[in-house]
Amino acid sequence: MTALALETRALSKNFGALPVAQAIDFRLASGARHALIGPNGAGKTTFINLITGALKPSSGSVHLAGADVTALSQAARVKRGIARTFQINQLYRGLSVLENVCMAIAERTGAARAMFRPIGRRGEVIDEALAILELLSLGDDADRLIRELPYGRQRLVEIAIALGLKPRVLLLDEPAAGVPTAESHVLLDVIESLPAEIAMLIIEHDMDVVFRFAREITVLVAGEVLVVGTPSEIAANERVREVYLGKKTRHG
Amino acid sequence: MIGIAERGAFLRHRHRLSWAESVPWIAAVAAFFLFPSYETLGAQVLIMVLFALSLDLILGYAGIISLGHAAFFGIGAYTAGILSAQGWGEPISGLVLAAIVAGIAGFISGWAILRTTGLTLLMLTLCFAELLREIANEQEHYTGGDDGLRGIRMDPIFGVFEFDLFGETAYLYCLAVLFIMFVVARAIVHSPFGQSLTGIRENIRRMHAVGAPVHLKLVTIYAISAAMAGVAGALLAQTTEYVGLTVLSFIRSGDVLIVIILGGFGRLYGAFIGAPLYMVLQDQLAKQSPEYWLFGIGLVLVVVVMFAPRGVLGLLEDLGARFRRDSR
Ligand SMILES: Nc1ncnc2c1ncn2[C@@H]1O[C@H](COP(=O)(O)OP(=O)(O)OP(=O)(O)O)[C@@H](O)[C@H]1O
Ligand SMILES: [Mg+2]
Repeated sequence: MTALALETRALSKNFGALPVAQAIDFRLASGARHALIGPNGAGKTTFINLITGALKPSSGSVHLAGADVTALSQAARVKRGIARTFQINQLYRGLSVLENVCMAIAERTGAARAMFRPIGRRGEVIDEALAILELLSLGDDADRLIRELPYGRQRLVEIAIALGLKPRVLLLDEPAAGVPTAESHVLLDVIESLPAEIAMLIIEHDMDVVFRFAREITVLVAGEVLVVGTPSEIAANERVREVYLGKKTRHG
Repeated sequence: MIGIAERGAFLRHRHRLSWAESVPWIAAVAAFFLFPSYETLGAQVLIMVLFALSLDLILGYAGIISLGHAAFFGIGAYTAGILSAQGWGEPISGLVLAAIVAGIAGFISGWAILRTTGLTLLMLTLCFAELLREIANEQEHYTGGDDGLRGIRMDPIFGVFEFDLFGETAYLYCLAVLFIMFVVARAIVHSPFGQSLTGIRENIRRMHAVGAPVHLKLVTIYAISAAMAGVAGALLAQTTEYVGLTVLSFIRSGDVLIVIILGGFGRLYGAFIGAPLYMVLQDQLAKQSPEYWLFGIGLVLVVVVMFAPRGVLGLLEDLGARFRRDSR
């Protein structure tokens, strides 16, 4: 069997009295295509924050490629191959698209520690960034500032930055959020075309997307895992339909 | 649309020197010959430029707002001053030692306070400087306390260039040191490290998410900036042969902040515009009205913040851009 890229054991988090993660046991195999769904406020984003280390859990543990990383900083976890995108853009708005991606690459390769040689002479960093932009058809926007870019293209930059980290585990928090449906297929095509060996967890509200993309689905409700299963199992699950899917899905 | 080969050209070439960058240096050298009777004041301006440049590194690039940057200026001034008053008058080693001591102080205090942000950080920087001022006040034996530190005697630079009464040597000495510091600062801001400081300023959450050691980077630039401020303080001590408690004062921290806001931060050259502008303004307003000159400064500051938030340098850049558009 393939090794687990990511695992959480009894991961819990409370915001005061509000439990947002309740003993979550979660497993992501290498190269997985996994979707995390659940109603608004279910704790999906919080779960990602716990995995990346942006939030400290109340209890439980996070494991990357078999190693316990619960005590490690965000930076140390990134070094171990974890990358994420944000539900709401977190970009360097005053910088160019190219610089945004270079930032990730420079951190990954260690170039960002250099203090005296100009970044302009770091051809390898710039070339790698341009290659990623090309891949995501952002090449023509390389020199534009983020804040001058349409929102849909900014969402692509979120993914480009994550790819600059060469992740083994990629966590995508509603990658098409805020993008008109007509444009969202561009994002989804990109996500589907990413290297197969990257284990991916996607949070997504659009069920069509979820069923198209995922081979496994976890349903989270009020911080608790309701059920884990294949798309067809989830679609057929009565409890899921009650709390979440309602009658919206055509996949029943 | 740009050709594929040109993509990223702006980034590849950004660190290249432009002719405009020679202007402040030509002006500084020209001032030496044109206004021989103002060299003492000129040296003070250069020191202020260096001090403001050091603040620009943390404020304009890393986004750290400090109300206590005088702490490091003062540490540098007292280090160089005490060293000389104790009998070691060689200036260059005094500067180096001042940089080291101020840099270490920056590293340690930065390590402690740079996990906080916003108002808390602002208050902590202020407290640190005030604390040092109190210590300097207490330790009269070394610092001279309220009366200031006297007995500073500087040897000639490289054993050759004596500090003269007219401040000629002092001016050129300050200019040379400023130039070296500027070259270092310029290299840093164009480096990948400098770029990542901009990243911290632009979006600290994203910076964590790309795996950057944010705290370490902040502490590093804080220490470098502190060392540079220390050199500025040391220059003041060495060229005036006096150190008073005001080197650590809140007013000095405020002055340098105003200088960099007036000139424009985050572009290195803001300090070169802000410092002379502020010092001339201060001088003129104080002459006009010894009582209300601070009010005048305040008014100018409000106007700049409201109508030229990127400072005078930003204004010049905008004008330059418009001129280029129109002349096409
Ligand atoms: N920093 C915080 N402090 C307190 N409560 C928080 C914090 N962050 C999130 N919450 C609360 O925790 C719960 C889970 O939030 P979370 O953002 O993880 O939900 P989500 O499943 O991602 O929702 P959405 O689909 O709207 O993105 C919500 O009730 C939210 O209000
Ligand atoms: Mg969310």
